[in-house]
Amino acid sequence: MTTTTPETREKIRDYIARHCFTRDLPERYVNLLVEHADVRAYQEGATLFTEGMPADRFHLIVSGRVAILMNVPGRGDQVVDTVEDCETAGWSWLVPPYRWFFDARAVTDVLAVTVDAKALRELCHDDPEFGYLLLQHVTQVMLERMQAARIRLADVYGTGPT
Amino acid sequence: MTLLTSPPTTTARRTSPFDLREFRVARRRQDTRDTVTLALEPVDGAPLAFEAGQFTMLYAFGVGEVPISISGDPTRPGPLWHTIRDVGGVTHTLAHVRRGDVLGVRGPYGRGWDVSAGKGGDVVLVAGGIGLAPLRPALLQLLSERADYGRVVLLYGTRTPEDVLYVEELERWRGRFDLEVDVTVDYGPPQWHGKVGLVTSLIPRAGFDPAHTLALVCGPEAMMRYVASALLDRGVDPQRVRLSMERAMDCGVGLCGHCQLRELFVCVDGPVFGYDRLERLLWLREV
Repeated sequence: MTTTTPETREKIRDYIARHCFTRDLPERYVNLLVEHADVRAYQEGATLFTEGMPADRFHLIVSGRVAILMNVPGRGDQVVDTVEDCETAGWSWLVPPYRWFFDARAVTDVLAVTVDAKALRELCHDDPEFGYLLLQHVTQVMLERMQAARIRLADVYGTGPT
Repeated sequence: MTLLTSPPTTTARRTSPFDLREFRVARRRQDTRDTVTLALEPVDGAPLAFEAGQFTMLYAFGVGEVPISISGDPTRPGPLWHTIRDVGGVTHTLAHVRRGDVLGVRGPYGRGWDVSAGKGGDVVLVAGGIGLAPLRPALLQLLSERADYGRVVLLYGTRTPEDVLYVEELERWRGRFDLEVDVTVDYGPPQWHGKVGLVTSLIPRAGFDPAHTLALVCGPEAMMRYVASALLDRGVDPQRVRLSMERAMDCGVGLCGHCQLRELFVCVDGPVFGYDRLERLLWLREV
């Protein structure tokens, strides 16, 4: 459980209750998340997480823009996606080996609610209804991201109209 | 190239849709690595009136003729503007013309966006790649009649930051308080501070009221399918979603059949169609 002041907990509760990813969760589940959450501010250019490092937090972006990056030797960092307010950053906390697959860096100043991933996994295990609901939400977002990535792979702009 | 400066002789009076007018290249601007914009002045002095969304058949003398959407302002007489991507033999020639060269122009042809159908409501324009060029006249018309419309939103996706068209104009548009502009690219270098992702990802959070929106979409056909789906998911009426189609054409007037899309001819029935009319055809293979 994260130690926070009552005021901060209320602020976190408000952020979670209004966030696109969590706003339709029953209040009892919002409360569960609040118990294991904190709020973090990242300045422009700051790193949220790094490839290969333990994926120990789940990030709900409250404001700002985050670049998901892959380092390509000889080409430097390539931005493969961006996420913004009311979106989530990173899924590696959900499945073994719980290590980040990409880097995430704040493109602008970013405010995020982050949830302890280990505690979240335990909550999913202990309360399958909560776990199923959370996974449904995660799957929806992952599906949209995967479909978008596949369409981008097709490079549709390469044969556009003239 | 000398063949461009020696066009065939044409008659002064034109009544046939095949009549060709001569236009001189007044300006050539390199927009991106493979895309240029040409300003063409009529040799006979009479400007070409057109509706937003229409196209002309542009003729590089001795090389060939291709349909190219008009990218200029339909509300202001002046040069004929075309934005051309260098993707084939004729477009390669057109993309490398020089100031003073003469091109042949037939048209304008086709049904345009009918922008005024959006009066009183919101209008969202969704462009992919060079699809921004046929939407530019619609946006310029909207801006010239700005008070007649609600919110106006331009969503634009392209491959990389280097492929973004009309950069200076986009920056001006973005600076307006009465226009929402959002741009995303498929791939971004680390210095790119904009969005990376598919253009469809811009639709859920764009500021328009789906129940009172006219949506104008232009880009690669695959992209338009997904954009149309995202607009419908948001609640836009299929009859209020309009797509500009692209097909090879020889005549531009419904005779050659090259642009046929089942029972439709893109050149005369389109190029702009309502999604309610196209939906069935867009999901058919090999049409």
